[in-house]
Amino acid sequence: MLEIKNIVKQYALHRALDDVSLLIPEGKIFGLLGPNGAGKTSLIRIINQITAPDSGVIYFNNEILTPQHIEQIGYLPEERGLYKKMKVGEQMIYLAQLKGLSKQESKKRLSYWFEKLDITNWWDKKVEDLSKGMQQKVQFVATVLHDPKLIILDEPFSGFDPVNAQIIQDEILELNKNGATIIYSTHRMETVEELCDNIALINKSKKILDGSVKDIKKQYTTHTYTVDYKTYSSIADNNLFHILDNKQGVDAESQLKIKLNDGVTLNQAISYMLDKLDILQIQEIIPSIHDIFIEKVTTNLSEHE
Amino acid sequence: MNKILLIIQREYLTRVRKRSFLLTTFLVPLFFIGLYVGIIYLTKKSFDDTHGLVYIIDDEGSVATQLKSNKNITYIQENKDLQTQLARLDSEDKNTSILLIPKNFYDTKKAEFLSSGKLNISTQKEIQNDLSDILRNHQLEALGINISHIDAINSEVAISAKEIGIDGDTKESNTEVAMLIAIALSVLIYLSLFLYGSQVMRGIVEEKSSRIIEVIISSVKPFQLMMGKIIGIGLVGLTQFFLWFLLTLVLAGVASTFLVSKDELSNQLLNGSAQNTVLTDAASADSTMELPQSEILNILQTVNITEIIVCFFIFFLGGYLIYSALFAAVGSAIDSETEASQFTMPITMPLLLTYALSFGVLINDPHGAVATWLSFIPLTSPIAMLVRIPFGVPTWQIVVSASLLVVGFILTTWVAARIYRVGILMYGKKATLKELIKWFNYKS
Repeated sequence: MLEIKNIVKQYALHRALDDVSLLIPEGKIFGLLGPNGAGKTSLIRIINQITAPDSGVIYFNNEILTPQHIEQIGYLPEERGLYKKMKVGEQMIYLAQLKGLSKQESKKRLSYWFEKLDITNWWDKKVEDLSKGMQQKVQFVATVLHDPKLIILDEPFSGFDPVNAQIIQDEILELNKNGATIIYSTHRMETVEELCDNIALINKSKKILDGSVKDIKKQYTTHTYTVDYKTYSSIADNNLFHILDNKQGVDAESQLKIKLNDGVTLNQAISYMLDKLDILQIQEIIPSIHDIFIEKVTTNLSEHE
Repeated sequence: MNKILLIIQREYLTRVRKRSFLLTTFLVPLFFIGLYVGIIYLTKKSFDDTHGLVYIIDDEGSVATQLKSNKNITYIQENKDLQTQLARLDSEDKNTSILLIPKNFYDTKKAEFLSSGKLNISTQKEIQNDLSDILRNHQLEALGINISHIDAINSEVAISAKEIGIDGDTKESNTEVAMLIAIALSVLIYLSLFLYGSQVMRGIVEEKSSRIIEVIISSVKPFQLMMGKIIGIGLVGLTQFFLWFLLTLVLAGVASTFLVSKDELSNQLLNGSAQNTVLTDAASADSTMELPQSEILNILQTVNITEIIVCFFIFFLGGYLIYSALFAAVGSAIDSETEASQFTMPITMPLLLTYALSFGVLINDPHGAVATWLSFIPLTSPIAMLVRIPFGVPTWQIVVSASLLVVGFILTTWVAARIYRVGILMYGKKATLKELIKWFNYKS
């Protein structure tokens, strides 16, 4: 869908993007992660052609990105904003028209969306009369009204209460199911694993990690497992694994935390444990994207210092 | 292109639909018509007030016949005794008075004047003049000088100012009327450039502070947004002028039909000289008011109204485009209107300077070097040229000035657009001049 190649963006004293390359596959939800000030917004602005990179190219469906592609992109900026004095319906139609939709078509689609989100009575209200959450909802509609193939959402859930956040999340998933590719930029990790197929991590103007969520997690597994068992018997470090922790409950379940040595399979470890423990459950400790994020960002930080 | 039209449409419609637009559109002509009607009313009223009815009791015998009634005073000779006259004074209104001419008037040179209220100064002065004329004639006659000879001597010199046009035609010109028009044009263009220019700035600050800017420029180019806004607001200005013009015509028609009867109005205009002496005496009014109004009308016809209107639109548009581009650059560099003054000061300096000069150098010496140069420089020409035009400016100068204005507009728009495209995305920090230059140099 989108191929970003060697993008460099230099501001006077600081380099916002340093040779960033990304591949955003069609029909996926792509998480663009990174701490504040990492360069996410700069990259998003370049994809939206709000600013131009100093060097590098972007391909949109294998064509070099040009202003013609604008109509196929929907953008929800992190800093939300609408004309405060303008009526909601009128404003939505105006924004859709700027994206190349005809007046009739935008009216039709707007009625569809307003009915879907159950906000038809907002049509003739002025934006300034809506609550902040309501404004966010309206702006989400404005982003997707022209049925873009690529939707870029910068922190889409900020400012929403849990109920509305869920509604928006469902809408995002539905849009994705209907074929839209979504770039989801955030520094909040909870929703990433739930939503994203692929992620890229940007820190200090550089891409430090990218790939599918599954692959990344696999890459970051530490071969650590928890073993829940009943009744105690002696178990100690051996040539197969190393015991990190052993919580023992009295007349209850105990839990062992083990880390396999290199080249040892889980099966080997299990067969070793079989005659020593009464195993109830074994579970791999998979690092969350959150953990990976923290680890990468902090090590990245210490590398720089 | 289509998108620019959409932007123009939005900028135009949201402003034209505002209540404040409708209010100013209707109130300003009403204000002027009100002023006009008010002046006529007051003039008429003061005419009525000052018109005096004077009863004369002439003990001398020959004076009363020489006092001729005029527009301001009606003299009535009455040979009733003082007591009956006084009784009458009480019953009639305050503009009635009694003039007592004593038997030995030619020797004492004194007369008595009785009125119930305070006498209008102009009436008193006029009676005094009339009496001294009679006295003078009497004295001249006593000296054996024939009055008709005196009257025949006329040493007054009339200077009529004629302007020689390029084509050799002479036309009557009146500097005072030209000055009046020049000042009106100067005020009008100064205010409108300021008003609409700062509206552009306010619109941009609004987009920036509400953050909608990012949504819009992910759909259109910053240049399109800037031009759309400038053109849209410019059209609002033109609409306002057009409506003012139209409404003033309509209201003037209505006002002259209903508020003052038509006969009376034309009467007022034709008999202007009478009111005007009243006005000058009463308030030592503006020098231009000394001109009889009928003469003003004549001179107004010699001033080329069409030329002035056409030039006003050309120089308003040119000036507006230049200044609104500058205002747009300022709007993009600031976060809130409160920061605006430090940036608007330098860009409005030329405007302010020319405006101030228009009441001095420009109007006193409209064809001098200062005025001519200022009317060519794009930043000052909108005011300077309009001030000069009522005094007559060669067509080639207008053409050159207008062309320079177009060049200036293209240049400022180019500079402004380069600052604008960067500025609108810069939040939260105060820009310095150095930064503006840096923005200007950014690669697009």
